Amino acid sequence: MEKNRRDFMGMALGGFAAIGGVGALYAMKRTWDPLPSVKAAGFTTIDLSTMEPNKLVVEKWRGKPIFVLKKTADMKADDRDVVIGSDRFHVSIGLCTHLGCIPAYEGAEHKFKCACHGGEFDASGRVLKTPPPSPLVIPPFKIDGNKLVLGETGPEYKKMQDAGLIA
Amino acid sequence: MAHFDENAKPFSEKWLDERIGLNTLKKVLNTEYWIPKNINFLWAMGMLLAATFGLLLVSGIMLLMYYKPDTNLAFDSVNYTIMSEVGYGWLWRHIHGVGASIVFLIIYIHMFTGIYYGSYKRGRELIWLSGMGLFVAFSAEAFSGYMLPWGQMSYWAGMVITNLFSMGSLELNGLVEWIRGDYVPGDAFLNRFFMLHVLLIPLAIIGLIVLHFGTLRLPHVNNQEGEEIDFETSAALWKSGKRKESKVIPFSPVFLSKDLFVMSIYFILFFYLVFYHFEFAMDPVNFDPADGLKTPAHIYPEWYFLWSYEILRPFSKDIGLIAFGIAQVAFVFLPFIDRSPNVAPAHKRGLFKIWFWVLVVDMITLTAMGKLPPTNPTFATIGLIAAVIFLLLGPALFVISRIEKPLNRGA
Ligand code: HEM
Ligand code: FES
Repeated sequence: MEKNRRDFMGMALGGFAAIGGVGALYAMKRTWDPLPSVKAAGFTTIDLSTMEPNKLVVEKWRGKPIFVLKKTADMKADDRDVVIGSDRFHVSIGLCTHLGCIPAYEGAEHKFKCACHGGEFDASGRVLKTPPPSPLVIPPFKIDGNKLVLGETGPEYKKMQDAGLIA
Repeated sequence: MAHFDENAKPFSEKWLDERIGLNTLKKVLNTEYWIPKNINFLWAMGMLLAATFGLLLVSGIMLLMYYKPDTNLAFDSVNYTIMSEVGYGWLWRHIHGVGASIVFLIIYIHMFTGIYYGSYKRGRELIWLSGMGLFVAFSAEAFSGYMLPWGQMSYWAGMVITNLFSMGSLELNGLVEWIRGDYVPGDAFLNRFFMLHVLLIPLAIIGLIVLHFGTLRLPHVNNQEGEEIDFETSAALWKSGKRKESKVIPFSPVFLSKDLFVMSIYFILFFYLVFYHFEFAMDPVNFDPADGLKTPAHIYPEWYFLWSYEILRPFSKDIGLIAFGIAQVAFVFLPFIDRSPNVAPAHKRGLFKIWFWVLVVDMITLTAMGKLPPTNPTFATIGLIAAVIFLLLGPALFVISRIEKPLNRGA
């Protein structure tokens, strides 16, 4: 009997300590989480009517660089293009899908080149040369007249998403 | 058993011995901790590491007084306030930078000494494992410290290294954002790495050093021939005055004085670097403030991470990450991959000697290639070959050590 009482005390102590430990770990995990204000970080609106063809514009959304490239008529069209009237735009998060460097745009070659490990993308963000495993990621967007709202999901983005084109 | 001498003067030796066992401590840690005579200056590397860690700690405490962990203030607090306003602030920064770089040089020498003499097996496995723990902790300490000046290299190294945690095609972007506390490295990121750098990791390092020393105490250090010394007999010879015949010397004061001699030479070189050649430890790119919209033309880590970086680089993303992961943990398993019973220097172990030097040359090659831009195809190919060789060296050691003949250990 004496032994069982000790076992019970041991298990009760261990159980409460374990609950406390798990609770502490959870609190620590939550402390490391991004803050709500960071998560709610707003939307970015980009005016596309002022863009010049084959000239890369870099905007900022949630701290990340956003590539906007208006294509010239002779540049290859792609399902990933954002189409407004007769203009085609390449819009993507400007971070290499390998490890996140910002590729540079070489206008003459119509290529994005990443200096970090030598990856290359074409003007539609598709991979020409590894190590990057996948195309440049298209951020959630909504077309609003001549403007593009990043962070909102519009029907054009949904269509790309359903077709598996965003990355 | 407690017996306290009423007449012992406070804080006299006797008084202390009765209260904290001073004489026992001295014996266990100093005067009767036996070190073989048959060792060379490479056995001083451990104490150099301990001393360098001490310097990093002191200079770090000084830097802490003016450093500001805030993305708007960090860069200027280091590059302006500490460097040109704080009295001798430059001294602490240069000691800290040079120390962080040189400590890895000594760690690598220390590790390869252990590998060369087989000091990681037959009772010394835990020394090796706690040593690897220190290597990991120092790597984390160096990386987190590199974030603090918030220059271009801080930011982009932070970006690239935290992205590794997305684990390639597993796309664990949530984990990456959790580690950063933001979508990109920002204020939350800088503050938590500041916490890691100045408190959590140093605490872990201190604990690991104590453990490392603890694991050394019973097996004792190895020696140049890998000889299994009978420490009791040898110690008895020493204590009976037959010091010439004994194979061992006490750690303190005898071995310590040798350690201090090597340390003196080391610190002359160290402070020569601090005063006249600190620039090798200060990357010029990091003197531009962090800019999330501009990647530097060529990103590379500090020299001591180049070999593993070069194992990541030549492959496609997933394979690169797997290769990198293997390379990071490979050395941990050394005591279990080496199947040979011989504890002996590499030059007495046949094929193992070749294996050892291939490993050294391969890691130097990887280091050199890792520094070069990824665009040159010749160097990229050399890097790829060196990376493949590195990965094959593990299985190779397993085979080589299995067919190695046990050495005949006559007297
Ligand atoms: C950076 C912090 C480190 C400190 C302060 C440190 C300290 C020491 C000291 C004082 C010794 C005894 C003297 C000597 O043989 O040099 C020693 C031995 C040893 N250390 Fe470390 N060490 C560190 C890191 C490492 C690492 C990274 C490894 C490799 C995994 C390692 C593996 C060993 C081995 C195998 C021995 C035994 C050498 C022998 O028996 O001959 N240590 N360490
Ligand atoms: S980050 Fe672009 S190739 Fe590695």
